[in-house]
Amino acid sequence: MVGETITVNGRTVPWQEGMTVQTVLEVMNYTFRLLVIKLDGRLIKKENYKSAVVPENADVKVIHMVAGG
Amino acid sequence: MSEDSLSILIKEVPHSVPKNASLRQVKKEFKPDADVMVVNGFPAEEEILLNDGDRVVLIKRGERPSHEDLDAQMAARHTPGVHEQMQKAVVGIAGLGGLGSSVAIALARMGIGTLILVDFDVVEPSNLNRQQYFVEHLGMLKTEAMAKILASVNPKVRVLVHNLVLDRSNLVSIFQDADIIVECFDRADQKVMILEAVDEFLPEAYFVGASGLAGYGESNTIRSRSLGNMIFLVGDLIKAAEPGQGLMAPRVGIAAHHQANLVVSLIMDPQKTAAELEDILD
Repeated sequence: MVGETITVNGRTVPWQEGMTVQTVLEVMNYTFRLLVIKLDGRLIKKENYKSAVVPENADVKVIHMVAGG
Repeated sequence: MSEDSLSILIKEVPHSVPKNASLRQVKKEFKPDADVMVVNGFPAEEEILLNDGDRVVLIKRGERPSHEDLDAQMAARHTPGVHEQMQKAVVGIAGLGGLGSSVAIALARMGIGTLILVDFDVVEPSNLNRQQYFVEHLGMLKTEAMAKILASVNPKVRVLVHNLVLDRSNLVSIFQDADIIVECFDRADQKVMILEAVDEFLPEAYFVGASGLAGYGESNTIRSRSLGNMIFLVGDLIKAAEPGQGLMAPRVGIAAHHQANLVVSLIMDPQKTAAELEDILD
């Protein structure tokens, strides 16, 4: 095995030591302001992006909320 | 049933009439002033002879049916088993714009038990391009206008309205009895706010939100998804309402009816609904 990975929106991405939700957003180049983020089924709020640790094999879902209704 | 009589349904109530009875005879006996006669869902002439099991509806144009008659006749179109479940459900709708107004009407037609409607806005001309209001509602509170429309669609639905701005502090008091909360806001920050608040304060409630429904065309990119933990999201997740890409009745309507259809599906079988929609993120 060539190193651990995580899954982001169904895509396999290399895992890094000390990875947080914030790191994932940077790695993925997600710059949207309004996101809904689920880390292994848990909803992660914006104020916790930097503190939410992403473990190996984590499943991360990043959903863009856009205006309109 | 005896040999010389027919069993027919008149306004969904079983009646026995003589064999070879004509529609004229039935009309004369049950509603002489009827001017529209419908047999088995089709307009019919007085001369026709009735058959066993026929469903007859006799209407006087412009007359308001009694609540009882209306219930029985509307119920005739509801799928048995579905209607019973609908009647028990309590659904909260956050926002009565293009999404919320359509979701509310669709659920009322389904015979939903209770709707809790929240909006702070009044109906203005720019709303009429996609929202289910009429010219006569201009200037009215959306909650008040929608309550009137719903009473005309299905007076049996219990409609509770709250004319206010929904936020984290009042969410629980307003939606605590809701089985399902439908997010129908316009602003993206409001969408995120209510999704997080429902997850945090009302974890027992299903959440059905929407993101990405502006413009026209691309009907098939609007999808229903499960995000797990009772959270569902409808839309293409991309097309925002912005200059050059407005909100338009048909595509907003598609998204709204995805939401309403998800609500029905969740009321009927939440596990199956979640399983079918799991992990769709493309």
